[in-house]
Amino acid sequence: MTSTDGQAAPAKAPVRVFLVDDHALFRAGVRAELDSITSEIEVVGEAGSVGEAVSGIAHHRPDVVLLDVHMPDGGGAEVLRRSRKEQPDVVFLALSVSDAAEDVIAVIRAGARGYVTKTISSQELVRAVCRVAEGDAVFSPRLAGFVLDAFAERPGAAPISDPELDLLTPRERDVLRLLARGYAYKEIASELFISVKTVETHVSSVLRKTQLSNRYELSRWASDRRLV
Amino acid sequence: MRVEQTPLRRRRSGRVIAGVAGGLADHLGIEVFWVRALFAVLAALGGAGVVAYGLFWAFAPQAPPGGREPETTAKERQQAIGLAALGVGLAIVVGLISSTVSGWVTGPLGVTLVGAAVVWREADETQRRRWKDGARSGVFGAIIGSGGGRSGLVRMLAGVVLVTTGIAVFLINSKNLDQLQFVLLAVFATLIGVAVLTVPWWLKLMRDLREERRARIRTEERAEIAAHLHDSVLQTLALIQKQADAPREVLRLARGQERQLRGWLYGPSGYGRGRPVNQAGDGEDGALGTLSEAVAAACGEVEDTFAIRVQQVVVGDCPLDTTLIPVVQAAREAIVNAAKHAGVAEVSVYAEVESDRVTIFVRDRGKGFDPDTVPEDRHGLADSIQGRMGRHGGEVRLRTAPGEGTEVQLEMPRKLTKEAKA
Repeated sequence: MTSTDGQAAPAKAPVRVFLVDDHALFRAGVRAELDSITSEIEVVGEAGSVGEAVSGIAHHRPDVVLLDVHMPDGGGAEVLRRSRKEQPDVVFLALSVSDAAEDVIAVIRAGARGYVTKTISSQELVRAVCRVAEGDAVFSPRLAGFVLDAFAERPGAAPISDPELDLLTPRERDVLRLLARGYAYKEIASELFISVKTVETHVSSVLRKTQLSNRYELSRWASDRRLV
Repeated sequence: MRVEQTPLRRRRSGRVIAGVAGGLADHLGIEVFWVRALFAVLAALGGAGVVAYGLFWAFAPQAPPGGREPETTAKERQQAIGLAALGVGLAIVVGLISSTVSGWVTGPLGVTLVGAAVVWREADETQRRRWKDGARSGVFGAIIGSGGGRSGLVRMLAGVVLVTTGIAVFLINSKNLDQLQFVLLAVFATLIGVAVLTVPWWLKLMRDLREERRARIRTEERAEIAAHLHDSVLQTLALIQKQADAPREVLRLARGQERQLRGWLYGPSGYGRGRPVNQAGDGEDGALGTLSEAVAAACGEVEDTFAIRVQQVVVGDCPLDTTLIPVVQAAREAIVNAAKHAGVAEVSVYAEVESDRVTIFVRDRGKGFDPDTVPEDRHGLADSIQGRMGRHGGEVRLRTAPGEGTEVQLEMPRKLTKEAKA
């Protein structure tokens, strides 16, 4: 997979990335890592608070914003809300240590194109950044698990008002299950006998449903999670 | 997203009587003029507006200091006073004309109400001062105010006199009753008078109690967090510093601490869920815990023992029962195998609970092996995984080849009686 990325890279300009995290140490770490291992990504700026982030994003107009979920004054979701109106082309990738489903789902519903945990390896982070920059979604296994859980059929669930948005297709479910099992897109493609592009389409479609479905009030679903 | 609504709080500044109309306007997000006009119109309907205003006054707390409040102009203020006068006037005139309330009640009742209003307004004033000075005071202080000065005292006394007069006039007017009835009525009326006068104090007492309780809960919460951070995180950091030259041990400690902290913050019975951390007596199901807890515990043990990362995702959850324990044990064995033989730093575990079955996948991207060439004396897979699952009616599927990694799939049907009960 690295080889295909490597072939495509020299032809393109580097992906311009903006870092948002309230821990300066973490920003420095990510910047150093990204600078040292790849030329596909160029870190153009960073911010340590919601306000700085909003003005920094407006000023630098990056391709991708790496966004911390937990910050004072509203966190990543607030940055998304305030930036997305004026910068609809900027893509956001959430980066967090949080395991709380409501945090993850909330930031996805606020408009992030993906979610990865901070323990992700540098190579994988580069891959994730390039993937969202190309318009695809990035689901960590845990996010895939949360989404599967959120769309699960269970007694007492709210009725389906819009089948287009409120239900996952069996194929999307298969893709999510494999993502949750730790499969890479390429492995999912060969497992399901479909192309990587089709896997990407399914994942993007799941992302759209997660963002738009009102069925379970997904942003708050985790707090009243029931036993199956 | 829901529109943010300001809670109902009486305004502190720009108030004419008690800030009720302003507070309502802020709460509902409309012009204060319309609220005042509505009160004035309602006042004409047998004094309903006056009663409503009084109730809001008594039960809506005053806005705490520091909040942003709209500026009021002199014109607006004049307009408001006009409306208030109009409302009271309408209430009296309509009351007199329609005789819904006969004159002998309207008179004393009106006097009493005005007296009460003066006392309550003064109590509001006192509360404002109390906020400013941070002073605490008793019944007397709450009503009269510690630093209220003479004018405050005079206003307060005037209010008390008005209330007393109102009640007295009411009593004198009802002298056509016999002795006993009169005494009873007098006692009753006095009680009502005292109740009306001390309303601000009672309300303040209630609010103070609530505030105190909240503060105590906050303190306890802080203490719990501090204790937890000390017991776990600080101790681990100390250990890590001591073991700085043993990377494997540092990794193990850090990973173990991370897991523990995560469990505390986000776990099903964790701190972030808003439930007590140690909920022991949770019925018979609680004795065994849930599947997700058991999987997390198994993954944690292997992580600790072999210093690897186990990435686990659990979809759905159910109480652990006797057929599910072997599944978790088999999964644990599979993770141990991966940790021992695959030569990788990370193992993925995925568990899914469906209505009719539980599935667990344990996967690594390591060496893999040829299942046909496993030596006869290696019992791990055969006994611990396949044997265990088979005895309880489950199934095991194995996908592996040299160099391809390994995935163990465990599937166990669920007992449906258990679910029907839940």
